[in-house]
Amino acid sequence: MIGAFASIGAGALAALAALGRLAIFTGQTVSHLFRPPFYGREFGAALIQIGYFSLPVVGLTALFTGGALALQIYAGGARFSAEAVVPQIVAIGMVRELGPVLVGLMIAARVTSSIAAEIATMKVTEQIDALVTLSTNPMKYLTLPRVLAATLVMPGLVAVGDIIGIYGGFLVSTERLGFNAAAYLHNTADFLTATDILSSLVKGAVFGFIAALMGCYYGMHSDRGAMGVGRATKSSVQAAAILILIANFLLTGVFFSA
Amino acid sequence: MITLSDVHKKFGDNAVLRGVNLHVPKGSSMVVIGGSGTGKSVLIKSILGLASPDAGTISVDGTDVATADRDAFLARFGMLFQGAALFDSLPVWQNVAFRLLRGSLKRSKAEARDIAIDKLRRVGLTPDVADRLPAELSGGMQKRVGLARAIAAEPEIIFFDEPTTGLDPIMAGVINDLIREIVSEMGATAITITHDMGSVRAIADDIAMLHAGKIRWTGAVDQMDASGDPYLDQFINGRATGPIEAVR
Repeated sequence: MIGAFASIGAGALAALAALGRLAIFTGQTVSHLFRPPFYGREFGAALIQIGYFSLPVVGLTALFTGGALALQIYAGGARFSAEAVVPQIVAIGMVRELGPVLVGLMIAARVTSSIAAEIATMKVTEQIDALVTLSTNPMKYLTLPRVLAATLVMPGLVAVGDIIGIYGGFLVSTERLGFNAAAYLHNTADFLTATDILSSLVKGAVFGFIAALMGCYYGMHSDRGAMGVGRATKSSVQAAAILILIANFLLTGVFFSA
Repeated sequence: MITLSDVHKKFGDNAVLRGVNLHVPKGSSMVVIGGSGTGKSVLIKSILGLASPDAGTISVDGTDVATADRDAFLARFGMLFQGAALFDSLPVWQNVAFRLLRGSLKRSKAEARDIAIDKLRRVGLTPDVADRLPAELSGGMQKRVGLARAIAAEPEIIFFDEPTTGLDPIMAGVINDLIREIVSEMGATAITITHDMGSVRAIADDIAMLHAGKIRWTGAVDQMDASGDPYLDQFINGRATGPIEAVR
């Protein structure tokens, strides 16, 4: 009995310690934003890597999701003779939820894993130690540029995802379901509010921050060896995906609880 | 002068350093030898501030490492890592000139490149490797680039972590000669950790043997063969039997 309590206690303490480490890491990352030097070249490279090179996967994901969403809403709406709501529901579904969440999860899969593997490999091969001996703070040189770039570029990626997702729905609706193109676009534009768009962009920024931070955190705390790098990569994607979904729930509550 | 006084370091329950005392005179070449896992790398990392000792003090020219201004302090050091630790994403010349492209020692890009190419020449590499990526170089060439990076900012103190590991005997000889020449030319203080007794004899003025978390023996390299210490004797002659138990 005591053994069971002991293991529960040990687990709780370990979880709290991990949470504390993550909080300190987050605080350190943010604090470097206000303390020079800044590494502009690394920031620019991260912007291109995270933003530009993610566009194809974001675009394809959004396009097919928007199309599938239109088909589902049409089929579901037909049961209540409400097929006409397809443009409105596609727009609201993509902008409020599916756009930011799917782009966030795609970024977690593509960018978080890549950051974690890169930094973990740098740690295993002593490149992080080399940075320190060369008077360069790894948090400033590796973490801050990636986290800042992801936070700034993600709203743009989400906006692209939202637009392409709505376009996917538009294509399916007009080409297959017989909707009038002008009416579809008119209904979409009429129904979306500024809050919908703002929530989408804010979610994008928060999800970008989480995705890059998790990659950096698990990379920096990687164990040695190939298994250590593999574990860091896997854990970073899991943590990023879960935190993105939790943050999405909380932000949805903040924006739409009324 | 680098002075370590009663330095202790534990990782979990594993006490790696258990009271290390060591003096490295300015301008000398000290080689630290000892079996695998005896804490040689931890010793160097402690001097550099990459690992904080649990107890004891480390000072460089009288300045305590723990309280020194980090940037100014690290600017005095250069280090050649065991695996060279070159940055994969940067071309060779930017690896060599890394410190000269940012921070307190920053130079113009053209000047930093010129210095990098000069240092590459100094370690026997031609300027055409400057724009290649580290992954395109052989292990020996990567070690030389690492050496060029270690000396690029003309440091006062240079650390060499297993400089000949993984190299063929001829390339190991080349690296040993380079280390000896460069340290002598620059008048730098050098601390090397290695298992390679060829390296020890080629580059050391003094040696210190680390065993069971303490300095077991220290003295001039030409005295080590007649030290009378059974541990040192077993180690330098590579005998499987003796007071040091080989882990099988």
